[in-house]
Amino acid sequence: MKVSLKWLEQYVDVSLPPAELADKLTMAGTEVKGWQVIGGSWEGIVVGQIVAINPHPNADRLKLPAVDLGTEQQTVVCGASNLKVGNKVAFARVGAQLIDGHSGQIVQLEAANIRGVASNGMLCSERELGISDYHQDIMVLAAEAPVGTPLADFMGDVIFDLDVTPNRPDCLSVIGVAREVAALTGQEVRLPDIGYDEKGVSIDRQIAVEIAASDLCPRYSASLITKVKIAPSPHWLQQRLLAGGMRPINNVVDITNFVMLEYGEPLHAFDYNQIRGKKIIVRRAEEGEVLVTLDGTKRLLSRDMLVIADTERAVAVAGVMGGADSEMTERTTAIVLEAASFNPASIYHTGSTLGLPSEARMRFERGISPELTISALRRATQLIIELAGGEAAKGIVDAYPGKPEHKPILLSKGEVKRLLGVDFSLDQVKEALISLGFDCQPSKSASEIQVTAPHWRSDISLVEDLIEEVARVIGYDQIPVTMPGGSVPRQNPAPILSFKEEVRRDLTGYGFYEVINYSLTSLDLLERLLPQPHPLEPEPLRVVRPMTAEQEYLRPSLRANLLAALEANRRHEEGGIRLFELGRVYVRRPNDLPGEPEMLCGLLSGPRFEESWHGGDEPVDFFDAKGVVEGLLGHLGVAASFEPGEDESLHPAKQAAIVVEGKRVGVVGELHHKVVDAFDLTGEVYLFELNLTELLPFTLEHKLFQPISRFPAVVRDIALVVDLSVTHRQVMDVITGFPLVTRVSLFDLYTGGKLPAGKKSLAYRITFQSATQTLTDEAANKIQQKIIDKLSKELGATLRG
Amino acid sequence: MLNQLEELKSSAIKELEGISQAKDLEAWRVRYLGKKSQLTTILRGLAKLPIEERKQVGALANRIKAGLEESLEQKSQLLKQAKLASAGGEGIDITLPGRPYPAGRLHPLTQTVAEICDIFVSMGFQVVDGPEVEWDYYNFEALNITRHHPARDSMATLWVDAETEKGERNMLLRTHTTAVDTRVMEQMPLPIRVVMPGKVYRYEASDATHVPMFHQIDGLAVDKNLTMADLKGTLYEFARRFFGEDRKVRFRCDYFPFVEPGVEMAIECLVCGGSGCRLCGNSGWIEVLGAGMTHPRVLERSGVDPRAYTSFAFGMGIDRLPMLRYGIDDIRLLYGSDLRFLRQF
Repeated sequence: MKVSLKWLEQYVDVSLPPAELADKLTMAGTEVKGWQVIGGSWEGIVVGQIVAINPHPNADRLKLPAVDLGTEQQTVVCGASNLKVGNKVAFARVGAQLIDGHSGQIVQLEAANIRGVASNGMLCSERELGISDYHQDIMVLAAEAPVGTPLADFMGDVIFDLDVTPNRPDCLSVIGVAREVAALTGQEVRLPDIGYDEKGVSIDRQIAVEIAASDLCPRYSASLITKVKIAPSPHWLQQRLLAGGMRPINNVVDITNFVMLEYGEPLHAFDYNQIRGKKIIVRRAEEGEVLVTLDGTKRLLSRDMLVIADTERAVAVAGVMGGADSEMTERTTAIVLEAASFNPASIYHTGSTLGLPSEARMRFERGISPELTISALRRATQLIIELAGGEAAKGIVDAYPGKPEHKPILLSKGEVKRLLGVDFSLDQVKEALISLGFDCQPSKSASEIQVTAPHWRSDISLVEDLIEEVARVIGYDQIPVTMPGGSVPRQNPAPILSFKEEVRRDLTGYGFYEVINYSLTSLDLLERLLPQPHPLEPEPLRVVRPMTAEQEYLRPSLRANLLAALEANRRHEEGGIRLFELGRVYVRRPNDLPGEPEMLCGLLSGPRFEESWHGGDEPVDFFDAKGVVEGLLGHLGVAASFEPGEDESLHPAKQAAIVVEGKRVGVVGELHHKVVDAFDLTGEVYLFELNLTELLPFTLEHKLFQPISRFPAVVRDIALVVDLSVTHRQVMDVITGFPLVTRVSLFDLYTGGKLPAGKKSLAYRITFQSATQTLTDEAANKIQQKIIDKLSKELGATLRG
Repeated sequence: MLNQLEELKSSAIKELEGISQAKDLEAWRVRYLGKKSQLTTILRGLAKLPIEERKQVGALANRIKAGLEESLEQKSQLLKQAKLASAGGEGIDITLPGRPYPAGRLHPLTQTVAEICDIFVSMGFQVVDGPEVEWDYYNFEALNITRHHPARDSMATLWVDAETEKGERNMLLRTHTTAVDTRVMEQMPLPIRVVMPGKVYRYEASDATHVPMFHQIDGLAVDKNLTMADLKGTLYEFARRFFGEDRKVRFRCDYFPFVEPGVEMAIECLVCGGSGCRLCGNSGWIEVLGAGMTHPRVLERSGVDPRAYTSFAFGMGIDRLPMLRYGIDDIRLLYGSDLRFLRQF
């Protein structure tokens, strides 16, 4: 909402400089986003009047207007085509600061000689004065502009740009802002006089109003003016509209817009002669009813929309846009002026369904007091008679089935303190409310008052609403700063929260960078994860109206966007890349919100270590990825096994399912080469993925301390030869099954060389230790022999010679 | 006496020259320069000598002491160099770069969320989670944002393509973490103090200041005697710890459908310090959060009696905080996964 200071000053005295006024309004809830000083730099620019126009002796296109400046006359060289003797113009003297019409730079006007004629000044365009971008013609001032006075005195202003919150439709008007300013600066509001002569016939005999849908239209008021002459508006009116950000059209339309900006009540003018049956009916639209609106568009209406109709057809979409049929034209002489109140939800619904934003709609949507119609109507009627001629019919038609009740609210001093934490006196409370136009009456108790909100404050219905009014007028800075008292509530943070933090920290320790990708992804990316195309199962959730195809689906896994991130980084990174993301994926559930498990996905690609003088630029392999998973799970205290996996995005033979207590909680493996290609990657890429929500319960087991043996350990190495098909896991299961074995590690794996084909050698270091005695060599030998025997029997292992 | 000193000197020098290992230097120092050495004894005994002799002996003894100390230092250096030289291949250039172990980092937003949560946890708030895909009810209706409320326009919503059994489409990507408020009040026993960080979504085209997904944190406290002064205290304490002791804070009236009275908190601009610049739109202030006393209707709907309890709530965007702190000028960088960006935090 743009508000002109000059206009504002017609209703309230403003003594504060713009910055202080802006601060007061902002602190009290209506943010002033900025203000523009018009005429602040108009030093040396005065109102002049063209008294003669002589031709330029050396140029056909240039003229020599003589300008009366009150005390003197100046002749300048001017190329504008709209010069006219008698016009008032803005005359810039030599030395004035102007905006260059072409470059937009601020320049100082110098005396010039243009094609042999001296020019001591200039006639300005709107652009040169910084009023608008218009630079075709010089600006013609209003006829009443006083010759010789500084232009800033006549036209200077400050335009405030207000951010009015949705609960304050009353502040979408200059009078509303004036009321706010008055309350905050201790001034009184002056309302315009809205009286006029009713010379015409009684309105009841000329037009009737029927509200057939009173739930959507609490009030409909109308006046009628005949013998009107449609013409352009006077300059002052046009200026007001331009300052408010609206375009002048003709006197009657401009007056309706002016009154909307002044009072906040949108008005609509119909051509009386186009109203058939001389009756206005406010009703729901018929299903499929069609109306061509002012903008020439055919609108298909439905039952849930409200229309203004005559006895034959709809003539306007109520509160949203008028119809083309009943629009005023230059030939219009009689008008019906409408001021009504509509149900905000209905206006919102209709306006958004038809896709019609408008100043009127914006006001109706926020809820305008039905009490406003009469004063706005009278004000507009008065101005039409004054500026467009004509006769007002006697009286006003006023259908008012929905008069709201204004129940007083009981407000106690104690409640103010209970909510604000500060003990304002009842006098302070009353003073604040009265300054805003609230009515305060005494109550039975001396610590309470009965408060009735003024009609324009449709946002006030509760005690809390009143308390906010009190707080904002007295000032939020008067509220003290305290800390919540009482006992601190019991804390039971969900274990997943610290678990996620731990996982994140661990991964950074393994060299991984955390990324956060959008939760939305595209079908294209998801399909790249499939080496063999097939429909995604289950089908991922989709948003109804995606912003772009890249953000259409709720991600069913972290993989797609993470691989895209790897690919993007590969364009500028040659070394090793380790990325992870920890976040939610979305799993469709019937008749419920989707499941949102917390997932972890990591990627490794490129060299294991940064290339350096130490060497070490070998690429990562499966066991790097597995090592990270093992390290993470080990730290979390989870014993996992790795079993053959069936993840289609991974290499069929180089992947493992991560299994904890029989439950598959993740995968680790090399990315399928077709997926590598699909994401425009090269080389081998390793991926691991863990469902943290499923893993969490296994991390919560209570750990018990293991006593440290006081007795020395015996360490033995054995080198086994087994078939290639025998796995490390099988060997480990046998060895760790024996008592006193406290540690086993594989320290060598060997194939080829002297070994027969189909065989491999595995070398293990086994630590034997007893908790109760020193182990003798014989005892260790005995167990070792038993181990070897069992390995030989069950796995066909032999000792390497 | 003077001769005695000269002899002492020459025998000490001779012996020093014969030393070939650094560990033997200490024994030499004790013998010739230590507390019980002959030289020290002579110097201590100077006072008992006649004045003339004292002058001569004193001067010489001190000269010899300084000379021996210097010789010791030279010898020590010599032996160190000799050791380095004799070690041959074992010597290392300690200025060579170390072995590069891969190091990762947390995303700046993760770091910021943790920092904010830590501050509120220290004030007795507990961190809680809520769903990102939410019902219209929790995101809007329960918060006084009815179907036709103009506040819906300012939170352009991404609706999920899923219909209920009744054929209604009321599943959405939450537009603010305030959506968790009602769930918390329905589920947790009173009193309550919680903060709720998380991702939120809007139907918005991406540019330097807008992205369709970003992060917020909301806070909620419900108790018997909470006031707006307590809200102010809590938020000022947060601002003091997050933005620094000297950063000015402003509390002004603002409107949010789910609070009454409503508050906007701003801090003095980090760039211009309040004098006005492009970052703060010439106002000198940067809005950091919205807050207020929880609306009685919201409390009622969540099963909390507004006559017995009062409550405050606040919510803020998180992405802006690391942007302000590090001078990041494009929010898309936070979601671009670019290592050249992520390595900097």
